[in-house]
Amino acid sequence: MAQLVWNGLFVGSFYALVALGYSMVYGVIKLLNFAHGDLYMLGAFSGFAMLGAMGGLVESQSLLALLLVLIATMAVTGMGGVALERLAYRPLRGAPRLSLLITAVGASFALEYGTRIVAGPNPRVYQVRLGGTTIHVLGARITVQQLVLVAIAIGLMFALNWLVMRSRQGRAMRAIALDPKAAQLMGIDVNAVIARTFFIGSALAGAAGVMAGGYYGKIDFLMGFIIGLKAFTAAVIGGIGNMQGTMLGGLVLGLLESFGTDLLGGEWRDVFAFGCLILFLTVRPTGLLGERVTERV
Amino acid sequence: MSAGDASQEGTPHVEPGPQAGQGAQAGQGPPVKHGPPVKPVRGRGPSVVTRLMETRYLGWIGLAIALGAPLIIATPYALNVMTSAAIFVMLAVGLNIVVGYCGLLDLGYAAFFAVGAYTGGVMAAELDIPLIATVPAVLVVTVVAGIVIGAPTLRLRSDYLAIVTLGFGEIIRICATNLEITGGPSGIYGIPGLFGDDVLTEPAAFYYLTVLIVAVAVLLAARLGRSRLGRAWRFVREDEDAAEAMGVHTYKVKLAAYIGGAVWGGMAGVLFAAHLTAISPPSFTFLWSALVLMAVVLGGMGSTPGVVVGAVFISLAPELLRDLADYRFFVFGVLLILVMIVRPQGLWPHRSQETARTAARSKEPVA
Repeated sequence: MAQLVWNGLFVGSFYALVALGYSMVYGVIKLLNFAHGDLYMLGAFSGFAMLGAMGGLVESQSLLALLLVLIATMAVTGMGGVALERLAYRPLRGAPRLSLLITAVGASFALEYGTRIVAGPNPRVYQVRLGGTTIHVLGARITVQQLVLVAIAIGLMFALNWLVMRSRQGRAMRAIALDPKAAQLMGIDVNAVIARTFFIGSALAGAAGVMAGGYYGKIDFLMGFIIGLKAFTAAVIGGIGNMQGTMLGGLVLGLLESFGTDLLGGEWRDVFAFGCLILFLTVRPTGLLGERVTERV
Repeated sequence: MSAGDASQEGTPHVEPGPQAGQGAQAGQGPPVKHGPPVKPVRGRGPSVVTRLMETRYLGWIGLAIALGAPLIIATPYALNVMTSAAIFVMLAVGLNIVVGYCGLLDLGYAAFFAVGAYTGGVMAAELDIPLIATVPAVLVVTVVAGIVIGAPTLRLRSDYLAIVTLGFGEIIRICATNLEITGGPSGIYGIPGLFGDDVLTEPAAFYYLTVLIVAVAVLLAARLGRSRLGRAWRFVREDEDAAEAMGVHTYKVKLAAYIGGAVWGGMAGVLFAAHLTAISPPSFTFLWSALVLMAVVLGGMGSTPGVVVGAVFISLAPELLRDLADYRFFVFGVLLILVMIVRPQGLWPHRSQETARTAARSKEPVA
């Protein structure tokens, strides 16, 4: 029981981290960034490349090396997200929603198969493998590394929450989410703020990618597809566009999946998660903490 | 001429009350917004290419090309590729109903393809009956699948639908992998032919049969697009709120489009099962859904000739560009972005004669 809860929370914190980027971008420009899961994949691969370049340090201080790589990767995927926004999404701002969605699908495709061209079709194995000592809490087996990863995830989430809710930048983001035109009239540089939003969201996805690479060990160019879907599910469960809701949604999805897997068996895990998505959309489309949004004409 | 024209002829007979006037405006609405601009009547006439692209014999020309192709090259391999291309055309035309006509993004279209293929395949193999006998059952199952997935999500924002269909596609694929009746990861083998095992086993004969079935499917879809329902779809696509205000039951209309797409996909699945006689889960991944979408977007959303040409191009491209195999999907992704930015109406956009006619008619009272 305690083990199931812990597994759920552990996986859930990953989902929450990826879902936050989804949710932020959606909140600010109402775009479902399909390529978000692929930025997570990009993060895992750039982390892989950096670890390869670091060589000796990796063996002696694996966790420290991973932390350094984590920060560098966040910068890389953040820039990737900004480039994506600049090249694919900005020219279409104001276009019909269908065009934007199709562009996002194209971006996702281009990222996946672009990575495939560079890194090859076969799965790669991370140089760092976080195994490590286990401690027992209430009958659950918890490794120290898991604790560190969850702590990093929670730390990042708190930082983000502060940024969005307390800082000047965050206020600009929330203003654009409410009314882009009015925000522009008030002197907010809308394009710059949207670019920054993409940077932050993509950086979080990249961080999750490195952490997943370090924890699970194996990465491949399609790994972002399922996690992107799961992150969207988490965002919907919590209430898309709402920060706290999205974090909660990630944890709830992790717990649901953990118990669902226990109940039905591992091969039905994804079916269970997407079933939850459809159920939530039917019963409570605004999510747990989301407010009812009337669609603007 | 069919129902589409009949309902259209019907409009002028009605006294020019408010409804008829609004109907004309509805027909006129789409091109004003983001379709190709309506050309002024004066000035030089359409070019040869334009006239060729808009000729009413287009369908016959296409059918003649498809039927004539085996006369040029008829190796078993070429026939195999061409049959696959024909099935792909049917898929694209089906997705065009959902994405092109109604403007709903379906990213799990392969799911309906899989539902059709598996329902037909499993029934035919288990009961040992020809595939054609399973068609009624496949129809029922695909319609039910369309309702199950469409009913809860079509009430929501359109972008939610895209992700839910994506999830649905995964659900179907995982179910096919895990369930026993679908043969698990290795799939099912030895599916009987369309008319049993002995009839029409020649690749060429099967190709001709496929082309004819697909031609009927394309014709039906195009007719559907010009019917009263089809006009409602376009109206919903252009402006859902305006459509609702004009009395179009948008939810029902969208569900109809979704079910239509499901049926077309399912029937293509039956053809697929008959063609390969073996099906397995890897045939129904997201890649398929994305490729079909690619065909629709590239050709021109809502344009039947565009979509057919797009589908033929997408399905033959890997055969023609064999050296670029590694770059293919990357190029497709970039192309998808470029098309949306540079030419969102597609390479062969929809140019409806109906809207030109209604536009001309609606001008009269104004002038």
